[in-house]
Amino acid sequence: MLSVIRTIWNVFLHSFRRRVTIQYPDEKPYLTPRTRGRIILSRDPDGGERCVACHLCSAVCPVDCIALQATEDENGRRYPEFFRINFSRCIFCGLCEDACPTYAIQLTPDFEMSEHNRQNLVYEKQDLLISGPGKYTGYNFWRVSGVQIEGKDKGEAENEAPPTDVYRLTP
Amino acid sequence: MISHPIASIIGILIVALSLSAFLIWVERRLLALWQDRYGPNRVGPFGLLQVLADMIKIFTKEDWIPPFADKPVFVIAPAIIMVTVLMSFAVLPVAPGIIVSDLNIGLLFFLGMSSLGVYSIVLAGWASGNKYSLLGGLRAAAQMISYEVFMGLSLMGVVLLAGTFNLTRIVEAQRGLWYVVPQFLGFVLFLIAGVAEARRLPFDLPEAEAELVAGFHSEYSGMKFGMFFVGEYLGITLISSMIAVLFLGGWNGPWLPPLAWFLIKVFAFLCFFILLRASLPRLRFDQLMSLGWKVMFPLALANLLVTGAIVLAKK
Ligand code: SF4
Ligand code: SF4
Repeated sequence: MLSVIRTIWNVFLHSFRRRVTIQYPDEKPYLTPRTRGRIILSRDPDGGERCVACHLCSAVCPVDCIALQATEDENGRRYPEFFRINFSRCIFCGLCEDACPTYAIQLTPDFEMSEHNRQNLVYEKQDLLISGPGKYTGYNFWRVSGVQIEGKDKGEAENEAPPTDVYRLTP
Repeated sequence: MISHPIASIIGILIVALSLSAFLIWVERRLLALWQDRYGPNRVGPFGLLQVLADMIKIFTKEDWIPPFADKPVFVIAPAIIMVTVLMSFAVLPVAPGIIVSDLNIGLLFFLGMSSLGVYSIVLAGWASGNKYSLLGGLRAAAQMISYEVFMGLSLMGVVLLAGTFNLTRIVEAQRGLWYVVPQFLGFVLFLIAGVAEARRLPFDLPEAEAELVAGFHSEYSGMKFGMFFVGEYLGITLISSMIAVLFLGGWNGPWLPPLAWFLIKVFAFLCFFILLRASLPRLRFDQLMSLGWKVMFPLALANLLVTGAIVLAKK
């Protein structure tokens, strides 16, 4: 009997507590920078496109929502001819970001992507590509991997595997 | 002061119905307050128009009668609860002169009407042709039988002290001292019985949405469901008003006008009912029955005996 009265009293005391609701459209919740939301394609600090069209992100994607086509520019540098993410299928798992060797593909804290028309959720490369480096500033894939420097040829540094012979099929 | 009975009827009807609609909003806001949320606050100022939006929705919903239901009984059941509860409001003395019918046996009329209200629940449960509804109806019947008894008994102390069944005169007899002081046990017992009578948590076993889908009104939709809903809130308003009239001196109170005192007391008990819902879990059915028969019933009898002895000794 006493415990019942104490329960009622304790619940009544909640009238003076702060309310925990965040009134969303008026009041935005704080989202950490690593929140997994809308996906972007970033550029390296020199302004070049980071993506090398390696297809790792589209291969790892559990719902197969990334589609891209690789092509090469006049210097033999690979880049995606088109890059398409279907956000109506994306589950924002972040595996693509983990798989990407160049930090090109990144998830951002923006989640407000509602559309009336489902077709508008298919983002093309011009919708995805931003002009900055995103979360990883100062990283340029081509400066640190697979480059030849004075006194060291490709694949000769410590812990570095020799370059793949693209003309052989064995792994 | 309004004294014409027709004016009182219309006034009390409108106030009771709009108050019970408004109560839906109050309940949701208060529950939210006690659960550290906001509740409906989007439609209109403070979300007040939420009730209107819900009304429009419930009016435009399909009113479906299941093919396996007993149609006439199914249709009539929700009307019974509205009628019986609204009839009880007729004997309720709101303020001096504001009463529809100043019956000599007002208290008995109220008890009778609230017992008749159970038929609504039992018939609804029976006519739905659904096992969950039937279980809800059965529980309602058993609960009402066991709670009606000590509900009446707990009120007899008040009747002994006031020497009348007339509610207006009971209120007037409390001018000096509210009956909550000499009849504290009766007050507590009537409060508990009232919660059971209004089928509110922790005694909402006929509804028990965690076990019985929605209990007796599982099969109801649209306007008929709306009637059960409003009937429930009308019932709470009625019980709160009765507590105010019988134990807290009705319209008696210093400084403020009588009507204001009455409304303040009623509102306080309405909030208490909602607080009960926010804090207590539902009883198991056997606990409910044994609480009723083994604890409340003897206590009510003892209260009646002691009060009777004191009244006799004073004579
Ligand atoms: S976040 Fe997951 S589902 Fe979305 S594109 Fe990347 S890998 Fe696919
Ligand atoms: S975004 Fe990254 S993983 Fe995907 S193709 Fe481009 S470089 Fe490869």
